[in-house]
Amino acid sequence: MKNFFLLACATILFATGSFSQKYFTKTAKIDFDATSASSPEKITGVNRSGTCVVDTKNGNMQFAVLMKGFAFERALMEEHFNENYVESHKFPKAEFKGDLKDNDKINYSKDGTYTVKIKGKLTMHGESNDVETEAKIVIQNGKINAVADFSVKLADYKVAIPGLVADKVSKVAKISVSCSLELFKG
Amino acid sequence: MNKLLIGSIAIFFLNTGLKAQDEDLLKLVGEEKPKRELVKYAFKSPRVINSHSMEFLNPGTMDFRILHRFGVLDQGYKNFFGLDQASMRMGFDFGIMKNLMAGFGRSTYKKEVDAYFKYAPIRQSKGPWSSPVTFALVSGITMDGLPWADPSRQNFYTSRLAYYFQAIIGRKFSEAFTLQIAPTMVHKNLVQLQTDVNNIYALGVGGRIKLSQRIAFTWDYTHVVIGMPDSGYYHPLSVGFDIETGGHVFQLHFSNSTGMNERAFITETMGQFGKGEVRFGFNLSRVFQIKKTKHQK
Repeated sequence: MKNFFLLACATILFATGSFSQKYFTKTAKIDFDATSASSPEKITGVNRSGTCVVDTKNGNMQFAVLMKGFAFERALMEEHFNENYVESHKFPKAEFKGDLKDNDKINYSKDGTYTVKIKGKLTMHGESNDVETEAKIVIQNGKINAVADFSVKLADYKVAIPGLVADKVSKVAKISVSCSLELFKG
Repeated sequence: MNKLLIGSIAIFFLNTGLKAQDEDLLKLVGEEKPKRELVKYAFKSPRVINSHSMEFLNPGTMDFRILHRFGVLDQGYKNFFGLDQASMRMGFDFGIMKNLMAGFGRSTYKKEVDAYFKYAPIRQSKGPWSSPVTFALVSGITMDGLPWADPSRQNFYTSRLAYYFQAIIGRKFSEAFTLQIAPTMVHKNLVQLQTDVNNIYALGVGGRIKLSQRIAFTWDYTHVVIGMPDSGYYHPLSVGFDIETGGHVFQLHFSNSTGMNERAFITETMGQFGKGEVRFGFNLSRVFQIKKTKHQK
């Protein structure tokens, strides 16, 4: 009984410990760039409505973005992006689930700049792959500003590029993420 | 000891429960509110084959269309299955707003110029305040450029004109299947024979079945309900494939009509589809972005 009590205490402590602080945004900006050296025009899209949540206690983070929300300068490119490449009617969202590797080193209550490793799984076009990248994190006035760049091999996500345009679209897309996270109240 | 075991199991479950809650961080901040969203890409291009489709060009784009209709197939090798002859229409279509576009073109058949605008008060959409169908209206004018058939009589330039008015009700039922109907009225200022009527009423039925991401089967049939001359004219039917290659859309098809504007193909189709009086034809569509779209805020 005594042991049980102790264990219960420990759990409550642990549970309250994991009652964590979360930061979030719904306006994360994601830049997509699949321009190759021989592309006749820039293949870039931007999405300004990504959702990101970070749990500062354990460094867990999650990211979601609607594929239809990517805007391209050329309407036809946007159509092809949605219709032919990422098939956004079948796979409306891209999601990333991962964690900040050196979370304990970050003091979220004080202004400062950190470079941290982020590791996790990116799910897009129905395929999941491990992604690892470095992010620059700036803590300022209780907000977290984060920037990260990484590349995804389109073949890993079964995004098919037809032979006819194979040399006009890069096989590796560059993704840049930038967001400003606020404390989540609620 | 037993109690401890039960206790630890309970705690274990409690903890995993807590962890699981932690894992879905996105749920925490709430799902996005559903927004009204247009159902796009019902057809690859703003034309089914001959007829206007329920689809619109994106604002700021121009569609340069080159349409070809060859001779009838049943003439055999003598005319290389019709490829020796060709009739064409060159056209420019412009996307002005999400639901407004306009265009003009010129056909070799009767040296005819045509222009139209197409407006959709209702577009098919999803989410709140959505509509299951697109409802579009087309109004067009055609002017033939042939020398007067009878120069001895007093001719008015208005005699060259014809008008057409069309309503399009269409729905993209699924990614693969789109269907539309289009009640149409064509008014000709001058008709050939005294027995011909000036107003012709017709009903178009067009659709698409997507076979793969870049290839679709399309058909386009117009039934002339009132005003079909007694003999020599038929209801226009076209069947074909849309093939998308990067920046171009090729529409390859077989059709019994030569004309490529509403007046011509609805009222002057002279081939009988069943008898092999069918022409091979293709539409080549190239969309140019003339005004860059602003990135959303």
